Amino acid sequence: MRPRQQRMLAVTAVVVGIAIAATLVLRALDENMMYFFGPAEIAEGLAPQGEPFRLGGLVVEGSVQREPGSLEAIFDVTDNVATVTVSYTGVFPDLFKEGKGVIANGKLRDDGIFVAHEVLAKHDENYMSPEVAKMLEEKGHPAGVTTVIED
Amino acid sequence: MWNWFHKLASPPHFYRIASAFEPWLLWLAIACMLTGAYGGLVLAPADHVQGDGFRIIYVHVPAAFLSMFSYALMAVASGIGLIWRMKLAFSVAAATAPVGAAFTFLALVTGAIWGQPMWGSYWEWDPRLTSELILLFLFLGYIFLRQALAETRQADRASGILALVGVVNLPIIHYSVEWWNSIHQGPSLIKLEAPSITTDMLWPLLAMIIGYQLLFLAILMTSVRTQVLQREQNARWITEQLGTENIHG
Repeated sequence: MRPRQQRMLAVTAVVVGIAIAATLVLRALDENMMYFFGPAEIAEGLAPQGEPFRLGGLVVEGSVQREPGSLEAIFDVTDNVATVTVSYTGVFPDLFKEGKGVIANGKLRDDGIFVAHEVLAKHDENYMSPEVAKMLEEKGHPAGVTTVIED
Repeated sequence: MWNWFHKLASPPHFYRIASAFEPWLLWLAIACMLTGAYGGLVLAPADHVQGDGFRIIYVHVPAAFLSMFSYALMAVASGIGLIWRMKLAFSVAAATAPVGAAFTFLALVTGAIWGQPMWGSYWEWDPRLTSELILLFLFLGYIFLRQALAETRQADRASGILALVGVVNLPIIHYSVEWWNSIHQGPSLIKLEAPSITTDMLWPLLAMIIGYQLLFLAILMTSVRTQVLQREQNARWITEQLGTENIHG
């Protein structure tokens, strides 16, 4: 083998080797790398018990109840498989909306209610003008309702 | 074809070509970016969810795209340099690093500015955001490693291997939003399906990406020329081409 071919082989080996190593590490870490857990994963007991974690999903339509005269609110989060009720006291981000994506940071209480200390909004990758969005809605294809949680 | 390629790899030849192309690249870049900025900030409609706030996409997405493109270029150039022992390839890799780091920094900062009003947070330890931050550290590591090694040949090889090792981060950045749960939305543009952004908002974004790409190449031309001059400072072609007074004062 000529030196140049040897070097070519070495460079390929470095790239392929690192790729295999990274794949193995990421697979081993899989569950610990979850940025948030969906309601179904919580139902399966995958979320950490008694420790803070993030809950992600869609806010159930019509579930948001605000306590009059305070910042307290209760709403349901779903991934279309299971549903978790969230209690939160504080200001919501502007994009927090029923039917849209949400990420809540907090702890699961013993009675199954998720007490959040932080609520973030998750928007989807669809960009369009309000006119186009209205047109799609009238045709019965509202923009991006199902794209937030796919798996 | 091969002859042309071999000629391009010769520093004096590349130096001449780079000097000739640079102004054209720069003016084209400015034209594309002005068109994109006018299209994105004035002509494009507001978004149905994010209103006018979505317009930061015209800075953020091109910066993020270029951050990954420049890393890929740096790694390919390093690979070519390591295999064929081509000095010009190492010059390209070394010249790319600071530019790529700047684009990565811009992508992170504009992302934070965008994240606060839309998500409700400047920063989240989310897979997309974290892997992009690692990209910045890879660029910085590459730059510092080169500076730490005084001998050019040694710096070329060591930093070249680092660049190759970091390549694994590129697919991780791109697919992070699909492989793991993420606060960051999926790709609107770079995917197999049709873009999830309407044409009136899409064309200024494409103009901006092309503009950033041309600006990157224009900066790269200057930056590679500087690298070549530093490496070949004692070569005869420099004195012949530029005159002695330009080199040693």
